[in-house]
Amino acid sequence: MITGKSTWTFSSYPVIVSSGVVVGKEEAISNLNGHFDESFEDMFVDEDSYERAQEVLLTKAIDYTIKKSPVKKKDIQFFISGDLINQITPTTFAAKKLNIPYFGLYSACATSTEGLALAAMMLEQNGANYILTGTASHYAATERQFRFPNEYGGQIPPTAQRTVTGAGTILLGKEKQGLAITSATIGKVMDYEMTDPFNMGAAMAPAAVDTIRQHLQDRQIDANYYDKIVTGDLGAVGRALTEDLLKKHHITFQSNQFIDCGDFLYKKEQNMQAGGSGAACSSVVTYGYFLEQMKVNKINKLLFVATGALHSPLTVQQKRTIPSIAHAVSIERK
Amino acid sequence: MLFFWAFIVGGLICVIGQLMMDVGKLTPAHTLTTLVIVGALLDGFGLYEPLIDFAGAGATVPITSFGNSLVHGALLEAEKHGIIGVITGIFEVTSAGISAAIIFGVFAAIFFKPKQ
Repeated sequence: MITGKSTWTFSSYPVIVSSGVVVGKEEAISNLNGHFDESFEDMFVDEDSYERAQEVLLTKAIDYTIKKSPVKKKDIQFFISGDLINQITPTTFAAKKLNIPYFGLYSACATSTEGLALAAMMLEQNGANYILTGTASHYAATERQFRFPNEYGGQIPPTAQRTVTGAGTILLGKEKQGLAITSATIGKVMDYEMTDPFNMGAAMAPAAVDTIRQHLQDRQIDANYYDKIVTGDLGAVGRALTEDLLKKHHITFQSNQFIDCGDFLYKKEQNMQAGGSGAACSSVVTYGYFLEQMKVNKINKLLFVATGALHSPLTVQQKRTIPSIAHAVSIERK
Repeated sequence: MLFFWAFIVGGLICVIGQLMMDVGKLTPAHTLTTLVIVGALLDGFGLYEPLIDFAGAGATVPITSFGNSLVHGALLEAEKHGIIGVITGIFEVTSAGISAAIIFGVFAAIFFKPKQ
């Protein structure tokens, strides 16, 4: 049901059945060490390219998701997913292996919540009984597409972020109780004329601000309604900017209430500049850590806002600006 | 004294490159080609050789020296063979470096796989 300007509220409560998260070696030794189903020391994951490695990561996360649920693969109606690599081909090949009807999405790193929102809407409208959604990304595959060749060794500024290697997927179903998707706010494309691909946090901050504001306004609630507001991959720079901008709109947080997955993931000594990024950043951290916190009642109401920078290598070369988007999904216990 | 000036001049050229990347927001490739062109232009005006005499390796080690070598080779050959010399002379001085880069590059690509 549409609520306010751009928020869906769900009365049937699409419930999270299970989730699966696999990661690479840097994520395995991060702050969230031990919160993942499996980690891989080898960045190739025994494949012959990084793109194929990403495909395998997604497949493994899906396998864990299905294995941890009481649901059989044949009962899942749709798979909704996307990634950052050329025409989302790693996801396509994973979907081929999966053999479930597939929606391919591109919202860069905001794909995780876009998938969640669409899946919840389909379940709400009786369009399916079970839907699988999630995202994957790979540091080396993304680096060589968006920045420099892997063997090049160029300098990076402190505002740069590291693409998370991993995959996080989730199975949603129409169940009576559990952790439910209660609402979703669809973001607008925002563009504050940023052009530096090494400072995507600043480019994405206005999108996060706009979507969080719109969400609170549409549901007519205060930010304190949520125990945690978790953004996707703004990093340290973008997170601080977002908090400042929201303050100007009189939206303030208690300490530790507003967390960014990219800022939160890596340890300081891992030296990842402004933090993590990538399509898997939000899904790996939220499905691996925050959902677990919800299961043990440490968090009851969570607003999950994945943020995406919608530039391409071509638009950067042609000196276009970096447009960005954010989609918000609220997860509450029902 | 030569060591001192090599340190100062070589360091200053690198500072310019670093400023181009950090302040000018140029990519490493743009920075590199710009410095090569600056070296080439300086030699065209006859200014790079005096710089090498003054600062030694401080002027020959940075990438500007590559631009200098390209123009230097072209001008030397041009003196001997006229306009054709400009074409044949460009890689005269730099051929060892370029050939080595290609040959070693091929072998590296055959025997090694780049890590992330």
